[in-house]
Amino acid sequence: MKEQLEKIKSEALARIDASDALEKLNDIRVAYLGKKGELTSVLKSMKDVAPEDRPKVGQMVNDVRAQIEAKLEETKQALAKRAREEQMKREVIDVTLPAKKAVTGHSHPNTIALKEVERIFVGMGYEVVEGPEVEYDVYNFEKLNIPKGHPARDEQDTFYISDTILLRSQTSPVQVRTMETRKPPIRMIAPGRVFRSDEVDATHSPSFHQIEGLVIDKNITLADLKGTLAEFARELFGEDTKVKFRPHHFPFTEPSAEVDVSCFKCGGKGCRFCKGSGWIEILGCGMVHPHVLEMCGIDPEEYSGFAFGVGLERIALLKYEIDDMRLLYENDIRFLKQF
Amino acid sequence: MNTALSWIKAYVPDLDVTAQEYTDAMTLTGTKVEGFECLDKNLEKIVVGQIVSIERHPDADKLIVCQVDIGKETIQIVTGAPNVKAGDKIPVVLDGGKVAGGHDGGPLPEDGIRIKKGKLRGIDSNGMMCSIEELGSDRNMYPDAPELGIYILPEDTPVGADAIEVLGLHDVVFEYEITSNRVDCYSVLGIAREAAATFNKTFHPPVIEPSGNDEDINDYLKISVEDTSLCKRYCARMVKNIRLAPSPQWMQRRLAASGIRPINNIVDITNYIMEEYGQPMHAFDYDLLAGHEIIVKCAKDGDTFQTLDGQLRKLDHTVLMINDGEKEVGVAGIMGGENSKITDDVKTMVFECATFDGTNIRLSAKKLGLRTDASGKYEKGLDPNIAEEAVNRACQLVEELGAGEVVGGMIDIYPVKAEESRVKFEPQKINRLLGTEIAPETMLEYFKRIDLSYDETASEVVVPTWRQDIHCMADLAEEAARFYGYDKIGTTLPTGEATTGKLSYKLRIEEAAREVAEYCGFSQGMTYSFESPKVYDRLNIPGEDAIRDAIVISNPLGEDFSIMRTLPLNGILTSLATNYNRRNKNVRLYEMANVYLPESLPLTKLPDERLQFTLGFYGDGDFYTMKGVVEEFLDKVGMYKRPHYAAEVKKPFLHPGRQAEIAYEGRCIGYLGEVHPDVLDNYKIGEKAYVAVLDMPSVIPFTSFDRKYTGIAKYPAVTRDLSMVVPKEIPVGEIEEMIEQRGGKILEGYELFDLYEGSQILAGFKSVAYSITFRAQDHTLEEKEVTGVMNKLLNGLKGMGIELRA
Repeated sequence: MKEQLEKIKSEALARIDASDALEKLNDIRVAYLGKKGELTSVLKSMKDVAPEDRPKVGQMVNDVRAQIEAKLEETKQALAKRAREEQMKREVIDVTLPAKKAVTGHSHPNTIALKEVERIFVGMGYEVVEGPEVEYDVYNFEKLNIPKGHPARDEQDTFYISDTILLRSQTSPVQVRTMETRKPPIRMIAPGRVFRSDEVDATHSPSFHQIEGLVIDKNITLADLKGTLAEFARELFGEDTKVKFRPHHFPFTEPSAEVDVSCFKCGGKGCRFCKGSGWIEILGCGMVHPHVLEMCGIDPEEYSGFAFGVGLERIALLKYEIDDMRLLYENDIRFLKQF
Repeated sequence: MNTALSWIKAYVPDLDVTAQEYTDAMTLTGTKVEGFECLDKNLEKIVVGQIVSIERHPDADKLIVCQVDIGKETIQIVTGAPNVKAGDKIPVVLDGGKVAGGHDGGPLPEDGIRIKKGKLRGIDSNGMMCSIEELGSDRNMYPDAPELGIYILPEDTPVGADAIEVLGLHDVVFEYEITSNRVDCYSVLGIAREAAATFNKTFHPPVIEPSGNDEDINDYLKISVEDTSLCKRYCARMVKNIRLAPSPQWMQRRLAASGIRPINNIVDITNYIMEEYGQPMHAFDYDLLAGHEIIVKCAKDGDTFQTLDGQLRKLDHTVLMINDGEKEVGVAGIMGGENSKITDDVKTMVFECATFDGTNIRLSAKKLGLRTDASGKYEKGLDPNIAEEAVNRACQLVEELGAGEVVGGMIDIYPVKAEESRVKFEPQKINRLLGTEIAPETMLEYFKRIDLSYDETASEVVVPTWRQDIHCMADLAEEAARFYGYDKIGTTLPTGEATTGKLSYKLRIEEAAREVAEYCGFSQGMTYSFESPKVYDRLNIPGEDAIRDAIVISNPLGEDFSIMRTLPLNGILTSLATNYNRRNKNVRLYEMANVYLPESLPLTKLPDERLQFTLGFYGDGDFYTMKGVVEEFLDKVGMYKRPHYAAEVKKPFLHPGRQAEIAYEGRCIGYLGEVHPDVLDNYKIGEKAYVAVLDMPSVIPFTSFDRKYTGIAKYPAVTRDLSMVVPKEIPVGEIEEMIEQRGGKILEGYELFDLYEGSQILAGFKSVAYSITFRAQDHTLEEKEVTGVMNKLLNGLKGMGIELRA
């Protein structure tokens, strides 16, 4: 009996060792441990064993079974591992083959620039508002201290619809509309299309975009305006950007200024980009003229404020180094895809 | 405005700065210097030489060999210049020196031209004699220079001296950008006053000595001003025994540096005054003035007048004219007439120095299409108090230059004298507006530099009449700020009550639309709001269609930009066409922009500006691709209900059988479709294109960013398939609507999984198959529940004349 068991064991183990596939292991399991397997038949012949020897023989059978099972399991794992390894080898790919990209569209560079600007000012507590593009003369000019006959009207060659209605030449009328309808404190920016009768060329377009900014509150100072725009310039053009304020004139602000930022290409040393000056002009601004405040129903003795206007295309052209404004309105997909 | 630094220094003699320092400082006090040009750029080692002798070149007919005395030595120079003779004094560039340009007067090379000694046809030449062009200048600035050849210096020029100094070329010409409020700075004196204030130096304006003989101008001339509102002041003086001659070199050069060509002493004086004072003047030939009379009055409608440029101008009753006793002789403030212009034979003349109304001049100049240097000055609104000083200065120059005999006295018609204004001095308010702590005395010191005086008893700042821009505290604040230095003002952030930074709801929806469009592969385009009325023809719009009633721009940049668009499609189709023409494949574009719908025309109130979300593509995809984008968007903005698509829209620019109106909860929110082949032809797009337009004001009321979690189903779903034979004309949308109506609470969804028309189906029918899913939120569905609903659906189909497929 014992010899028989030993024989079964060594045979089984040898067969397991010789196995090179998982199916074969299963066959071996069936052949030895299955219902009709060799070990099972040994157990079945237990009735021929003397009762007092039965526990001992039983023990021996169980030992052999355990050893075969252990060997089976061990070999099964080894084979599975080998099979997985082979699979991995088979499945090697060329990782340098082209990517399968989702085809997504692109925002217009103007929009990307606008989102940047909005992000900065919304973070500083400004609300983004809009106003009409076809506008009354009163809002575009008169309430901004530019009465009929004022020379500043000629500086902005305006498209007229009628004597009283025009295509807004600036986003500043939104200032007036905001002041007329809201109580201070006001902090807003107003982006939008504006129109001037400039012929189309590399640096001009009869239709472009501005972003107007307005803050009205008690004790707003020119220093606040400087601080705000310096912060804006650093956020937009980089931490090291310096800002220069030059006195200027706008009819609806007093004092007024034009703002230059240090050239972000050369850092202010002077290069082709900034035409050697180290500075790039980016916007106009000033303290809201007391007369404008009055016309909009805000008491200039109690409140003061500042306003600024930025050309969106100007920022987009500068930031993305676009050399021809016409590209912005052609919508060639090869251009748009670069943003 | 361009001005030589030497001219500024004439009034601010202590000014001693480099061109760059001047540029920076002036810009920071508000007189923006746009740029400068050093007249001695690339002029090196150029001295005054005198030609001692000239011999012919032995081997070249066109060359001569000159011995030239340059002070320390005599050098030999070979030249081809035809105009020199022994004894001439000429500018000579020595070996190793530089000149600015070639003798042809072409564009100046950036680094000039280096001159080295060498041989010309075998003869040594140790330098070069210079033409005015080689010195970087031209005959406008030096009218005495010959057309071709060497510039000959005056006989009394010292030999060996710095020729550039002698020629006055050690100078810098600055170009300024003057803001429209600073009328006073459109003059050399105005800029000089600012320069003196900027560098805190003393300003020395010209000292005007009395001029004129013992006669009285009133014995010669009578002047009347009929329209005193348009002519605030009219000063006139006279000069007789005129001796026309070139003006002196200093005057010629100052004018030339300002961009004005010197002509003769009289013309140059009027131009000089216009630059110096910013005050235009006009000279009439006295003998041509009928009745020796001047009348200032408006023209009559229909008058025509020949200006001195020979053009015939049409006038109307708003154009102010200068008349003599019989006729019009000049357009006031703009241009004189052919009939009274100064000729070389002039003997006696009248200097007009007037203050015309700026607005009127601007409008007249526009109307006549005639903008002149004079009208440009008047437009800004001149100070009438300058006129008298300016005309006296002109007469002083006439005497100084010996250009004629000035007649005594002046005719001055000045009914309402312009007075100084006063502004309350409130230093605390100024500091509060600027965020500074400038001492009041410091402010007053700044003011004094620009001739704003202080009346201590009234605490008022007295503003001279040339500063028409100072009216209130804020104006004084600017004056204080610019001399204190904008750069010295601190940088703070606004304090006070906090405000919420946010986008308006509409802008948030726009953002969502952009996200969806870009996610679906559409790139954002931008096109103009104005377009050509021909666009409607291109879009197949019938002649009488109301959509053609667009707002017309009264002064457009041509017909192509003359109406405000009422349809958004031209922009997107034009952009698609541009891409198609450039062979770009699979182009998808969208635009987010307004159309402008007038309530009535002509426009009396603002139009309805409606934001249109317009999508267009050609290439991969079809009608249903576009429909998918529309539905992605509706989902994104919380519009989960089923949109209704009606096929009968009849948009003339879309394919009649491939277009649909999009309705949501019974309201039209837009349309989509395949572009009509005629329209594709009109735009020269060579493949099928699809567009969708969503009218955002109609969409927005249905949108929401609210989201609510409804749980994940715990109980199993039951699926049933419905295969049917459907009459071809019934759109599947109707079947789906029926399923939704009859599906009840347990209907979870449905999906079209087969659609077939062809040989195995009866003609006039199509095979349609739906997979329908049922599920209950709270229990496992029982067979009879599902069967009940399915029976309702089958009944519904029967009602529509649809049979199940056998």
